[in-house]
Amino acid sequence: MKQLSTFIRKEFLHVFRDRKTLLMLFGLPIAQIVLFGFALSNEIKDSRIALLDYSKDAVTTRLIGKIEASHYFDIRRNLASGEQLNAAFKRGDIKMAVIFPQNFGDDLIHAGKATVQVIADASDPNQATTITNYFESIVTDYNAELSQNAQQPLQIRPELQMLYNPELRGAPNFVPGVMALVLMLVCTMMTSVAIVREKELGTMEILLVSPFKPIYIIISKLAPNLVISIVNLFIILALSDIFLDLPVKGSVALLVGCSILFILTSLSIGLLLSINAKTQQAAMMGSLMGMMLPTMLLTGFLFPIENMPVALQVLSNLVPSRWYFIIVKRVMLKGLGFSSVWKETLILTGMCLFLFGISLRNFKIRLQ
Amino acid sequence: MKTLRFLLEKEFRQLLRNRQLMRTLLLAPLIQLILLPMAADYTVKNIAIAVTDNDHSPSSQRLIAKITASGYFRLAGYTASYPQALKMVEEDKADLALQIPAHFERDLVRENAKQVYVAINAIEGTKANLGGAYLRSIVSDFNDDLRVQWAVIDDAPQVTVASSNWYNPFLRFPLYMVPAILVTLVTAMVAMQSAFNIVQEKESGTIEQINVTPIRKHIFIIGKMIPFLVLGIVLFTMGLLVGRLLYGIVPVGSLLVLYVSLVVYLFAMLGLGLLLATYSNTQMQAMSLSFFFINIFNMMSGVFTSVDSMPGWAQAIVATFPPSHFIKIMRTVVLKGSGFSDIMPQLWAMAAIGLFLNTWAVLNYRKTA
Repeated sequence: MKQLSTFIRKEFLHVFRDRKTLLMLFGLPIAQIVLFGFALSNEIKDSRIALLDYSKDAVTTRLIGKIEASHYFDIRRNLASGEQLNAAFKRGDIKMAVIFPQNFGDDLIHAGKATVQVIADASDPNQATTITNYFESIVTDYNAELSQNAQQPLQIRPELQMLYNPELRGAPNFVPGVMALVLMLVCTMMTSVAIVREKELGTMEILLVSPFKPIYIIISKLAPNLVISIVNLFIILALSDIFLDLPVKGSVALLVGCSILFILTSLSIGLLLSINAKTQQAAMMGSLMGMMLPTMLLTGFLFPIENMPVALQVLSNLVPSRWYFIIVKRVMLKGLGFSSVWKETLILTGMCLFLFGISLRNFKIRLQ
Repeated sequence: MKTLRFLLEKEFRQLLRNRQLMRTLLLAPLIQLILLPMAADYTVKNIAIAVTDNDHSPSSQRLIAKITASGYFRLAGYTASYPQALKMVEEDKADLALQIPAHFERDLVRENAKQVYVAINAIEGTKANLGGAYLRSIVSDFNDDLRVQWAVIDDAPQVTVASSNWYNPFLRFPLYMVPAILVTLVTAMVAMQSAFNIVQEKESGTIEQINVTPIRKHIFIIGKMIPFLVLGIVLFTMGLLVGRLLYGIVPVGSLLVLYVSLVVYLFAMLGLGLLLATYSNTQMQAMSLSFFFINIFNMMSGVFTSVDSMPGWAQAIVATFPPSHFIKIMRTVVLKGSGFSDIMPQLWAMAAIGLFLNTWAVLNYRKTA
């Protein structure tokens, strides 16, 4: 036991001596939470649009007034002709163009119908759909105004309510994602590189010929990363509560417990990766390709899993962070209890035991 | 010049000799480029909807049928009460809960208007946005259907909207995602590896041997940068080919514009790699530093969420990230066929950032080496 505690102290010294890496380990989560939390948003507002009004009558003036009054659009009037539209789209100056044809007002009053043309820059399909929809809803409002005298019959009105995240901020979705990513990064990448580093520098040989048990080597390598990850976890939770107004709605103990489970799983993966890698570079690329990429890809916080091809959906079940992400979302954002995450917790426990067992079995006590 | 040639020969040999590294450098991005666009499909469809129908009238049935037949929504189930539907949203079994109140049809006939209640899980903003918009337009269509069916004369004047989608008329996601993903891959490979390469020489001590030779610093740096510049161009070309063969993406704009922008971009990112290398003594540090920047670059540069939706201060920060400019260039050139005159601001920004980073790196390199 004394041996073990000495070795753990040695590993801690190694980690804490390297100020630059340490700064990154704690700087990354802080920077990510602050930047992503405040900056990333799915809300679409003040989209720059071009307005071509060939009619310039009372009706178009009224409609333009309504467009201006909504916070969805920011009108650019400096376009004189349709030819300039393409250029403006190509420069990325505008997202949409609204064109009122000649005699728009006359047509509306005399023929009872007038058509406004809308051209959206659909390179980003969802944005195009959303702003076109916003515009249509303004026109619908206007139509309702027009028919106020003749009381438009048969109106079903949907009353929309946005649950959990009414301002459509990016933070509620990104904070759990960042948690998964950061814990994964520290545990998997740092662990595998730290072990392979000893191999590359030749000090592993010394460790292996010593009477020190291999299991102690593993434990002492894992301990600092476990501690750092838990500290990181609390930093993230505190930051999101203080700055992002995202407190843990459910039980903190449950969230921390599940996080530790996830941390242990990630540590096991790091251990597993270190077994086969010979150089630090290989270990790093291995954890990038083997872990970071699947985490980014198949966790569900960047890409919607339900839209993926079936093969990828099946594969995503094997990624631990996917389950962890679900747990965090439910416990932290929705405030649900253990009864609604027991399945995910069980899966994570199974993965953790399996991976740790495999990496223990395969940890080589010889160099060749 | 002769020194440079020898240095380049050494660098290329070392790079090509490392089979394991070359395999990762070339194969990994290829796999990513094949997989990522498949996964990065933000088309909002199959929104799971939980329905509470308290009316059970022909009208309410038809409204539900119309919603589920639209292709955007998938019926997750009927519930007896609204709280139960909300519970389904809570448990992620449904994204959206719809309540049709009792006496829906009767009130619709009598009072000419009636509300339906919709609650959307807004944790995923895009989905919530679009789900709400789709539902609104379906209900509005349904209103029109009812009027026709019940032969209500509606002579109020109407403004209609004729909308068209330019540059991506079929709203295909790969068209939008592949150019951006290609940028992130080139970034990860090139910036990280160049930092690593130099630090490796530091860690193994060979950099001291170079330092004592009459090789000038800038020649050494150019010698380190050129192989990765070439690697970046090879990767980029592979990426364009994959995009073309697999996703049928043919850049509308000229390849010359793309490649000129690429070289300017690589200049900036290699400058970053170099700078990070001058600040690191071990590969671990180089890894932590480059991972820090690459991660933030990837998330903030508009690959996943639009830069335009960010607050002003964040946009100002993002403007100093080279990838944000190159991603914008890629998307406009590939999709809209923008030319040099359209992308000049981005090109200048990247060149300025590149110059700044490289100068800083060279100055810092002199001091520490």
